Amino acid sequence: MNAAVTARDSEAAETHEQRALGFWLYLMGDAVIFALLFATYVIMVNNTDGGPGGKQLFDLRNAALETALLLVSSTTFGFASLCSKTGNRGAVLFWLLVTFVLGAGFVFLELREFAGMIKAGAGPDRSGFLSAFFTLVGTHGLHVSMGLTWILIMCGQVMMKGLSVAVTSRLFRLGLFWHFLDIAWVGIFSIVYLPGLL
Amino acid sequence: MEKHGEHGLRTYLIGFVLAVVLTAIPFYVVITHALPPQRALMLIAGAALLQVLVHLRFFLHLNFTSTPRENLLAIVFTAVLIFIMVGGSFWIMFDLHSRMAI
Repeated sequence: MNAAVTARDSEAAETHEQRALGFWLYLMGDAVIFALLFATYVIMVNNTDGGPGGKQLFDLRNAALETALLLVSSTTFGFASLCSKTGNRGAVLFWLLVTFVLGAGFVFLELREFAGMIKAGAGPDRSGFLSAFFTLVGTHGLHVSMGLTWILIMCGQVMMKGLSVAVTSRLFRLGLFWHFLDIAWVGIFSIVYLPGLL
Repeated sequence: MEKHGEHGLRTYLIGFVLAVVLTAIPFYVVITHALPPQRALMLIAGAALLQVLVHLRFFLHLNFTSTPRENLLAIVFTAVLIFIMVGGSFWIMFDLHSRMAI
C-alpha cells in the first residue's frame, strides 16, 4: 500500500467519524422530541373527555407482539452490522431484508391498531388523551417507516456498490438510527401501554 | 472507530436476552396483576430504565473507553436538557392542575 492510498483511507475514516458524530447529535435532538412527546402524553393521559381510555383501547397482546418484532429486528440489524465488518455481502443483504420484514410487520400491526381505534370513534380528534397518544406513537411509527425506506435504499447500495467505505459508514449510521428507535419503543410500552392496562 | 471482535455476536445475543427478560417481567406483572398498581408502576419504570441502559451498552456499544468523548458529552447534555424540560413541564402542569381542581 503506498502513502497516497493510506492517506486517503485515514481521511475517509476521519470523515466517517465526523458524520457519525453529526448523526449522533441528530439522534440526541430526536431524543428531546420524544421526551417532550412522552411528557405531553403523561400530562394528557387522564383528559379523556368522557371518551374511552387506555384500558378500553389498548390490547396487550398486540403491544407484546410489536415489542417482540422490534426487539428481534434490532438484533438482526446487529447481525447485518457484524457481517458488514467481515465483508460478507450476501449475509448483510439477508439480515437487512430480515430486519425490513420484521420492521414492516411492526408498522402493519401499528396501522391496524390505529385503524381499529379510529373506526371505533377513538381517533386523535376524540380527546386530549387520544391526540397525545396518536402524536407520540404516530411519530415513532413514522420514524420506523423512514427507517424501513432507508433499509431498502441501503440494500440497493450494498447490491450495486458493494461494501465500500462509504456504504459501510452509512450502514453504521442506519444502525444507530434503528437501535435508537427500539429504545424509544421501550419508553412507549413502559409509559403508554403497560400503565394504561394496569 | 470499531475494532474486529470487540462487538461480536456474543454482545448482541447478551443484549437480546437481557432485553427479553426486562420486557417479560413488566408484561407478566401487568397480565397477572401480581402487584398493587403503585408498586407495579415502579417495577415497570425500573425495568424500562435498565432496558434502556442495556440497549445503549449492547446495541449502541456505548462505554467509557472506546466511545468518543464528544458523544458521551452530547448524551449527558441531552439528559440534562430532558430533565429540565420534562421536569419543568410536570412541575408547571401538575401544580396548575391541583390549583384548578380546588
